[in-house]
Amino acid sequence: MPASFSRLRPSAARLTRWLVTLPPALFLVVFFLLPALIMAAASFREPGEFGGLAPLSEKGFTLEAYRFVGEDVIYAGILAKSFLVAGATTLLCLLLAYPLALLIARSPKRQRDLLVLLVILPFASNFLIRVYAWIIILGPLNLLYSTTAVIVGMVYVHLPFMILPLYTNLEKHDPALLEAAQDLGAGTWTRFWRVTWPLSLPGVFSGAVLVFIPVLGMFAVPELLGGTGDILIGNLIKEQFLDNRDWPLGATLSLGLTAAVLAVAGVSARLTRGRGAAA
Amino acid sequence: MALLELRNITRRFGNLEAVKDVSLDIEAGEFFTLLGPSGCGKTTILRMIAGFDEPDEGQLFLDGKALAGIPPERRPVHTVFQNYALFPHLTVSGNIAFPLEMAGKSGDEIKRRVNEALALVHLEDKGRAYPHELSGGQKQRVALARGLVNKPRLLLLDEPLGALDAKLRERMQGELIALQREVGVTFVFVTHAQQEALALSHRIAVMNAGRVEQTDVPEVLYSAPKNRFVADFIGTINLIDAAVVDAGPHGLRLAAAGLGEIAAPAHPEAAAGSRGALAIRPEHLRVTPDGGQASLKNHFVGTVREYLYLGDVTVYKVGLDNGVTLEALTTNAAPGKARFHEIGDRVCVEWRHDAGVFLPA
Repeated sequence: MPASFSRLRPSAARLTRWLVTLPPALFLVVFFLLPALIMAAASFREPGEFGGLAPLSEKGFTLEAYRFVGEDVIYAGILAKSFLVAGATTLLCLLLAYPLALLIARSPKRQRDLLVLLVILPFASNFLIRVYAWIIILGPLNLLYSTTAVIVGMVYVHLPFMILPLYTNLEKHDPALLEAAQDLGAGTWTRFWRVTWPLSLPGVFSGAVLVFIPVLGMFAVPELLGGTGDILIGNLIKEQFLDNRDWPLGATLSLGLTAAVLAVAGVSARLTRGRGAAA
Repeated sequence: MALLELRNITRRFGNLEAVKDVSLDIEAGEFFTLLGPSGCGKTTILRMIAGFDEPDEGQLFLDGKALAGIPPERRPVHTVFQNYALFPHLTVSGNIAFPLEMAGKSGDEIKRRVNEALALVHLEDKGRAYPHELSGGQKQRVALARGLVNKPRLLLLDEPLGALDAKLRERMQGELIALQREVGVTFVFVTHAQQEALALSHRIAVMNAGRVEQTDVPEVLYSAPKNRFVADFIGTINLIDAAVVDAGPHGLRLAAAGLGEIAAPAHPEAAAGSRGALAIRPEHLRVTPDGGQASLKNHFVGTVREYLYLGDVTVYKVGLDNGVTLEALTTNAAPGKARFHEIGDRVCVEWRHDAGVFLPA
């Protein structure tokens, strides 16, 4: 808690805390928690004749959508492919971002802010336009509408989300530790693998989460750059709501994705926790 | 042959000459200290010995072999850094094992020597702890163990006691001396704290503005400083400007403005007519009530301006009638009474004719 709060009387401090946290809490309840509950409820109902949901009085609750997803292997296949694409994207982002983040972190202090600005500069132009631009680049290379194109687009879009947490971590490293390692006999590579890398793991994990989770649900990039076989779980969910008008199926797939994301976030939090002290 | 030789080392940073023509010989087994104010070049010298910096001119030799071009990781020299630079992601044992692993020692040997090192610094029960779980003194000991475990030819210590509080620093000084005696490794210690240097070192090089002013054992530095800088930097000293009236083989006769004649020990460079200063330590001055029988050769009357009661000793600042202020130190060894003079008292300050040292201008 900020020090300025603690100087207030306890009752006043409690009131301040409520006033500060209430608006975002209300926002999240109305626009996140309630819709999520509606989604969960929708997954147990039947689709309406012309989209939406069938009246509860006529059809009641059913496990039809779950049965449908469970019986068709194609859904599990698409989820697995989504994980694969997200995993490949995360790994490529890490490989590209790490040297860059290290370079920025070890640049003179005055240049660092400029370099960070350059990293986030792509956000200044529209996301869709940037992905469309890749069509122009990948088309002549005969790479368009392939899984490769999807991964290229995903890496391009998400690279800053890997660079920034890595940079934030690497910038805090005490250069004296590298000198100590060198003084005690470690060469360049050993210094990296024994000091820089282990100390950067919290940054690696948070970057990985920031890339992996959005990629898992992303539908715009596969739709624009992918071929017919490159449908990912995000596209599937979008299709159920907008094209097939099967809300219960869309809601079920969406819950499945949420469960997968929570599992990933949980594992990553567990991996990071033990290293909190070292960060 | 000395273990480490510095031959005419000069190091420039832009227009600044951080180290100017420094030559030093450091013997095997020595506890050698580079002492000087911040910015005097002592840390630059340390970094050149470690290999993090190279001299612009001159050469360094370790065991007679030139060090130029050998990177830090291949020099048999380890450093205890100012803020210890312990690896936060490794345990105490992991930190101490690091140099052994770098040297490619076997697992069994590493285990054995880490345990020996832990015992050496009395941290047998802390092997599994992480650095952030340790106190300042414990971190200090881990850094020492890590620096010593692979038996370097030289251990460099960069103000390692600076981050500790006064009580702990005193205890660590004692431990450092004992440790160095036990392992026999040559220590090169950098500090700006003159008392620390006097307490720890076999020999001290006093540095100022990139130059070595004087290199000697602590007793000689303290009692026979070569110039004003050394005299002033080490301990407290009174400087009385004076002209040489007569220079003989058994002593000098000096004339100080307003004081008259002072008898001082002989000095080879003092010739009649030359100028300089008499440097004399506070503990060599005796303060007695005015009007008593002065028993020593040099005696002058003045007034007590200030006193500092420090427990074991009391420091009197006495303003002599010519305007010179002298600091005199009285030990409080007599039981019961600790204050002999009050502010404003007329007193006589006296010292022996063979006390102090003449510093030519």
